[in-house]
Parts: sequence; C-alpha cells; structure tokens
Amino acid sequence: MASLPPIDVPPDATGAGAFDARVVGDKEPAHLDYLLRLGDDALVLGQRLGEWCGHGPALEVDISLANLALDMVGQATLLLNEAGDGDKLAFHRDVLDYKNCLLVEQPNGDFAQTIARHLLYSTWQHMLLQRLTQSSDKFLSEFAYKAVKEVAYHRELAAEWTIRLGDGTAESARRMAEGLDWCWRFVPELFEVDETLQAVVDCSIAPDPRQFEAEYRSAIGAVLAEARLEQPADQRPILGGRRGHHSEHLGHLLAVMQYLPRTYPDATW
Amino acid sequence: MSGDWPLWEVFVRAKGGLAHRHVGSVHAPDAELALAHARDTYTRRMEGVSLWVVPSAQIVASDPDQAGELFEPAESKIYRHPTFYDIPDEVKHI
Repeated sequence: MASLPPIDVPPDATGAGAFDARVVGDKEPAHLDYLLRLGDDALVLGQRLGEWCGHGPALEVDISLANLALDMVGQATLLLNEAGDGDKLAFHRDVLDYKNCLLVEQPNGDFAQTIARHLLYSTWQHMLLQRLTQSSDKFLSEFAYKAVKEVAYHRELAAEWTIRLGDGTAESARRMAEGLDWCWRFVPELFEVDETLQAVVDCSIAPDPRQFEAEYRSAIGAVLAEARLEQPADQRPILGGRRGHHSEHLGHLLAVMQYLPRTYPDATW
Repeated sequence: MSGDWPLWEVFVRAKGGLAHRHVGSVHAPDAELALAHARDTYTRRMEGVSLWVVPSAQIVASDPDQAGELFEPAESKIYRHPTFYDIPDEVKHI
C-alpha cells in the first residue's frame, strides 16, 4: 500500500484534531442553530451534488450538477461563517452535531433520484428564501435576497428534468417514480416546527414553513402532473436530522469530505 | 446519453448593445434544456446577458470546396476596406 505523502504541519500543532468545533458569537442559541440548519443543508447537498462531478450522464449535465453544487457550497460558506468559523464548522464537526435535514443527505442514487431530491428540496428552499428576505436578521435577509435567484434556477431545472424523465421513456418514468418514492418520506421534516424553530419564528428571524406547506404540495403536484407521475403514497415520516439524528449515509459523506483534516490535523497550504 | 441528443449552437450577448456571438455548442434533448445547458456551460463566469440557442441542423454552411470562388476574389479589392479615412476615437465597436 502506498504511504501518505509528507505534509507540512505547523510546529505548534497539537495533532489532537479536535472534532467539536462550536458556533461562536453573541447570538441566541436558537438563532445560531437556525444558521446551522440552513448552512448544513447547503453544505451537505453541495457535497452530494459534487459527487456527480465526472460521473454525470452527459457532459452538459455534469456541468449543470457541478454548478448547482457550487451554488450550494457558496451558500454554506456564507451561512456557516455567520455562525462561526465556517471551515472549522464544516471540517471539524462530527455527524451528531450536523443539523441538516435528512432529505439532503440521501444518496444520489441514479440521476432520477438526484433530480427527485433536488426538486423536493429546492422547491422548499425557494419558498423559504422568498420569505426569508423579510427576516429581522439583516444578514439572513441579505443572504436570502442573493440566494433566492440561484435557487429559483435550481427549482426550475429540477422541475424541467422531472417532467422530461417522468414523461419520457418507460425506463426514465420508472426511475423517476422510484427516486420520488425514496425521497418522499423526508418531506414532512421540512415542515416540522420544533422549539428551536418556533423561537426564531417568534422573533421574525425565520418564516414558519407551515405557512407555505399547502403552496409547496400544490407546486410539487403540478410538476408531477405535467410529468405524468403519480404522487407517491404518504409514508411514515422520518424526522430527526435537525436534532442531529441522521441516517447512516451522512457519516460516510463526512468521512469523505473531512478526510484531509482528519488525516492531517492542522495542515495548511 | 448526450449522443442521442441533437446539437445546438450557442450565441452569447456579452453586454447590452453588442451583438450575440457564437461561443460553441451543447447537446440537449430540447430547446429549454439547450438554454439551460448553454447557461451552465457558457455563462457561469458572467460572460453574458442574453443567450440564443439554434439547432445546429438548421445552420446552412458554405461549402469549403467553394472557398476559392466565394472568398478569394475579395482579396484583391482593398478599396472595399474602410481604411482610407480616420475613425474618431469616440466610435467604439467597429
């Protein structure tokens, strides 16, 4: 087995490689937690989409997916830097401290499953960002104003692909239906309001997602109808991502993403 | 997959007032996705403010074998070039 190449480690490095990076600052805990939820959604989905790089079904699609990934990583950078040291939060935090929703950590599967995940997430994210522009937190309102445009494109692209795959060949329709079926049980979590979210809703930092749940269901329904797809049957919802209870998939994703800082603690270049 | 898709020629307008300019081509199953692919491939670094996509099959091209009769006669007609007067500095894009 090839050995790892040498790498410069600063003389004062502890080598401990602590993986308990904390959010910092003078914000309320619920406020910080909300920044982490949005930031972790963007980071994890960006990493997932980035896994397609070099594996897309066509060169053009490969570039499309990489663009979506870069948008998400850009959003994560802004959000996590607002919550603390963005790099530390991304690369020095363990799976139990991640606050992303379960939908974004789901595996890519085939292209149709990736599109299903992106349709369900970006439609929700777009509706959220439209309202987040009114946030009482100046950073979040400015962030939302910037991000809402790129996410509008994400939503549109995911809808276009859903329609083409659903209303395409028998195989593409089957794969699209299976992708939606896989992701469907993670939708209720997007509209769950727990104590933390209620606290930031109460001070107008965050919109209450239940306000746009009906609009969301109807928008997804319209895309599925145009795609000639049945709406998946409601399944037992799976919740818990916002509290750090993740599927086994997130650990694998972080193992890849955090490989470098875990292998070479305190490395710089 | 992309081998099954038709080819589209992509034209980008760099900024208002300039003409659309050919920048390359993309494969796409239909016009809307051709625009999306063109946007993702050719305007990701702020290259443009407007996009055209045209099915490559719709482009009518001159025959390279006819290049002699089509283009060479112009070579000896320098009086057709607008080089015999000065262009004011204020005039751009000529």
